[in-house]
Amino acid sequence: MTSAVSNAAAMPNAQATAPAAARTGPDPAPDGALSPGRRRALMVGFFVLVIAVWHFAIVLLQVSPLIFPGPLAVARALVEAIQSGEIAKHVGITLYEILAGFAFGAVFGLVLGALIGQSTLLEAVLYPYVVAFQTVPKVAVAPLFVLWFGFDTTSKVVITATIVFFPVLANTIVGLRSAPRDQIELMQAFTASPWHVFRMVRLPHALPYVFAGLDIGIVLAVIGAIVGEFVGAQAGLGYLILQRNFSMDAAGMFAILVVLSLIGLVLHSVMKLIARRVIFWTDAFTDLSRGS
Amino acid sequence: MNMPLTPAQALPPAFSFDAVQKVFRSKDGADVVALRDVRFEVRQGEFVTVVGPSGCGKSTLLRILAGLARASDGRVALGGKPVTGPSRDIGVVFQSPVLLPWRTVLQNVLVPAQIQGRDMKRATERAMHYLELVELAKFATKYPSELSGGMQQRVGIARAFVNDPMLLLMDEPFGALDAMTRETMNLELLKLKARTGATIMLVTHSIPEAVFLGDRVVVMSPRPGRVTQIVDVDLPSPRSLEMINTDRFGIYVSGIRANLNAAGGLD
Repeated sequence: MTSAVSNAAAMPNAQATAPAAARTGPDPAPDGALSPGRRRALMVGFFVLVIAVWHFAIVLLQVSPLIFPGPLAVARALVEAIQSGEIAKHVGITLYEILAGFAFGAVFGLVLGALIGQSTLLEAVLYPYVVAFQTVPKVAVAPLFVLWFGFDTTSKVVITATIVFFPVLANTIVGLRSAPRDQIELMQAFTASPWHVFRMVRLPHALPYVFAGLDIGIVLAVIGAIVGEFVGAQAGLGYLILQRNFSMDAAGMFAILVVLSLIGLVLHSVMKLIARRVIFWTDAFTDLSRGS
Repeated sequence: MNMPLTPAQALPPAFSFDAVQKVFRSKDGADVVALRDVRFEVRQGEFVTVVGPSGCGKSTLLRILAGLARASDGRVALGGKPVTGPSRDIGVVFQSPVLLPWRTVLQNVLVPAQIQGRDMKRATERAMHYLELVELAKFATKYPSELSGGMQQRVGIARAFVNDPMLLLMDEPFGALDAMTRETMNLELLKLKARTGATIMLVTHSIPEAVFLGDRVVVMSPRPGRVTQIVDVDLPSPRSLEMINTDRFGIYVSGIRANLNAAGGLD
């Protein structure tokens, strides 16, 4: 009896919500039924909220701008740096180090990953050294690279490449081994050579993993370039941060951090865009924001 | 005891097993006999089905014929020549369609032609021909993810036919499909067989399916995997779904089931 009553009470509600749910669209996003427009509005709203909390916290707690500047001071510093043209030059240099280092690290990781992924013998011989190299913090090796390759951009490119290399390598190896066994056997039954199997099955199967590695790599590349510049440089955003640190310009430093974050976000988005085009058959990159 | 073999015809057999053994070494080092003294031969153009419970070695038998596994002992011949590895004369269909998700339906069907370096223009014509036979020509430019399970398996069948193989090997091709789709697929396969005249060996664990499709049914039992019976199915062709409800069909099915029960039972 009681259950019948509660069912009857619940029924009108269920009927009322059903048409509303049908109206929101044919294919709701997996994380909640948010339309792209609402999603964007939420993102902007949250950004405004963060800035507002930051601003009023600084004002109410009377924090010295020398220690922790408010958003307005940071914005002012940013505009100044852009207008004077000072930041453009340094962005160019750091961006070059990021992209060149990423390119070298990614290519090296891909090639070595492809070799190791193909042969368990090569894995047994080479991989321990790769892991040993990876466990050494690159920050600790950076001074050596500066010693070897100079204060110029070359040393930063090398440091960045060593950081990018590992996630790309590890993902390539795992990816090349991810192809289902029956798919490979089917190819073999049709008299496929190992090269056919590699090109037609293993490599395409590896691509989603490779792109996950590249995505981690491009974000780490920003860190690599800045670390390199911290150790010893004559230009670049990392150099600029140190310079402003010496002159106690906290707002100026924050402005550079904003620029760095923007660089990271743009690079990540470009990578995501390319990945979606290339590996169109998976939805691995429709919402990728995982770290290493 | 093996049943007497069918007398050799004028043509050489499409394939033959002679005293075939397969022994696996298990992880604890003990030898497991997967196949013992398997011997039968199949005429060209014959549809032979192999039925038995899981673990009876029927898939192993198919893998040996496909050149994906090697017999420990005995002789396996394809068109009179010993099998040494995968052959261009064989088309295979597995239980899962294993299509390449980044290739369209047509590109998937063309995979064997591409591997074997065939003339792609002619292969494309053939691919479209077989896609028409499995009623998927309209879907040639679609991707596998846009197709149902039954449609994907039909793409796999068209792919197996694309190089006009002498022999088609099917390892529980409809095992993952629902009962209704499965019946439709059985009928389509028989039509395809009638139109191409291909020799087919199909492995299944469904006794009715084995009787419905096969000109002959090879019955296998586990521990060790061996052939316990070879049944000539004398049912009128073309076969129809109504036939499944007839007494004669029922007698074949219950006869095979009784044989399997006596030999250790269906698990």
